[in-house]
Amino acid sequence: MASVFSGAPPQGGPGYSFKQIPTAAPSGERQHGFYPYTDNGGSTLGISGEKFTILAGDTRHTQGYNINTRYAPKLFKIGGEGPENKGARIVLSVVGFAADGDALKERLDTIVKMYKYQHGKPMTVSACAQRLSHILYNKRFFPYYVHAILGGLDEEGRGALYSYDPVGSYEREQCRAAGAAASLIMPFLDNQVNFKNQYEAGSGTGHDLQARVAQPLPRNVVEDLVRDAFTSAVERHIEVGDGLQMMIITQDGIEETYTPLKRD
Amino acid sequence: MNHFPQTWGRPRDDVYGAYDHSHFQTAGPQQHTQSPIVTGTSVVAAKFKDGVVIAADNLASYGSLARFTDVKRIRKFNDQVVVGFGGDVSDMQYLDRLLNSLDVRENYSTTETPLNAKNLHTYLSKVMYKRRSDFNPLWNHLLIAGLDGESKPFLASADLLGTTFAAPTLATGFGAHLAQPILRRTVPDEASVQNVSKDEAVRLVKECMKVLFYRDARSLDKYSIAVITKEGVELKQDEKLENQSWAFAEGIRGYGTQVN
Repeated sequence: MASVFSGAPPQGGPGYSFKQIPTAAPSGERQHGFYPYTDNGGSTLGISGEKFTILAGDTRHTQGYNINTRYAPKLFKIGGEGPENKGARIVLSVVGFAADGDALKERLDTIVKMYKYQHGKPMTVSACAQRLSHILYNKRFFPYYVHAILGGLDEEGRGALYSYDPVGSYEREQCRAAGAAASLIMPFLDNQVNFKNQYEAGSGTGHDLQARVAQPLPRNVVEDLVRDAFTSAVERHIEVGDGLQMMIITQDGIEETYTPLKRD
Repeated sequence: MNHFPQTWGRPRDDVYGAYDHSHFQTAGPQQHTQSPIVTGTSVVAAKFKDGVVIAADNLASYGSLARFTDVKRIRKFNDQVVVGFGGDVSDMQYLDRLLNSLDVRENYSTTETPLNAKNLHTYLSKVMYKRRSDFNPLWNHLLIAGLDGESKPFLASADLLGTTFAAPTLATGFGAHLAQPILRRTVPDEASVQNVSKDEAVRLVKECMKVLFYRDARSLDKYSIAVITKEGVELKQDEKLENQSWAFAEGIRGYGTQVN
């Protein structure tokens, strides 16, 4: 405490004259105090079948340990007519930073609607998928912080599913889980949809083992898989829960279902 | 005290270290808001059968200093929309001017229907998202309460990141931790909104304001409360907390001067 009572000028510090006080800031980078992203939790999942595609997502919306709301959809119909997207055949699911997700949805939706207005025919899923990749890549250096999954039916009427990273890399897949519980759900899907680590019974041991060949699953089986995946994820991940929203895209349109999940 | 008049009234370098002259700069890159300065604390709101109740206290804090004790943070937009502001007060005042000009423009325009709560929430969330994308955020957490296009109760939030969500009950800031669990006890889901009357909702929100005053150090016992129904907006700006009971304080151990 001696220094508190010493009247002597400090050693080495700036002097007491006003003239010595620098008026310019020290050069160098300054840290920004504002971080423009947050994680709103939740998980999404998509599986494509022979003549359908299912997209699913939980409806919990979180920020840290807070639950903002128990019903905030992560699944959006893209295209169709009007604000209700009547007659749409494409579904987008987004998980990650919800504000970016909403902005991305809005942009893709207007693009797909403008496409129909300008070309007189609805946009194909493959075209929409590529366009979504371009939208994401256009913001390569300030990305939409979301994992997007796009689902629909291709030109042959088969289920089509595309998954994306935040900067637009994309790939058509049979199934994909994204978001907070992706690491919990994806291995389950690998095993149950693509039959990974499954072998034909009685095909032998060691190198004789015949891998079980994956084939498109019927719709009721896929729906059950989705429900199982989410009820399990809810048990092990705190950011997943409250409700399960599913959209099933078929030849006849988009069917939407909601089933409650645990709210704890 | 020393004999250098230049240093009088300044923090002493030998005690506090050299002054950080980066705060003193006159030139340099353009700076955007890095942190809020004068802030308002929680806003709480709940839907009920035929409307929404929203409340916030009248305090604007400067750090831990209770700086302005008569700041109205609940703003009526028109006969069916009210906005509650948490966070930076100067940004709130900017948004207030913005909403004023929007209202004037709307009233001069030829459109028949006035903006409803849903419209205003969309507008404000786009403003907030645009500003965050410009790295120049409006440091607020807003609750937009009122009636939607079908005259049904509407309650949603928008924050400095442009994040939006809607729920039967909402609370910002400290209220998200303290008030939201109390509100959810009565209104757990959208369906139960129908079982809540106006009086019940008002009582519930007032109870939350009381709990917040007990435990939020940056709160005040003077608050504003608004009820939005089809009949219009009923806004009271000089309410005082009633029926406080600090009896529970006796039971609190481990803080202050008592040993055990």
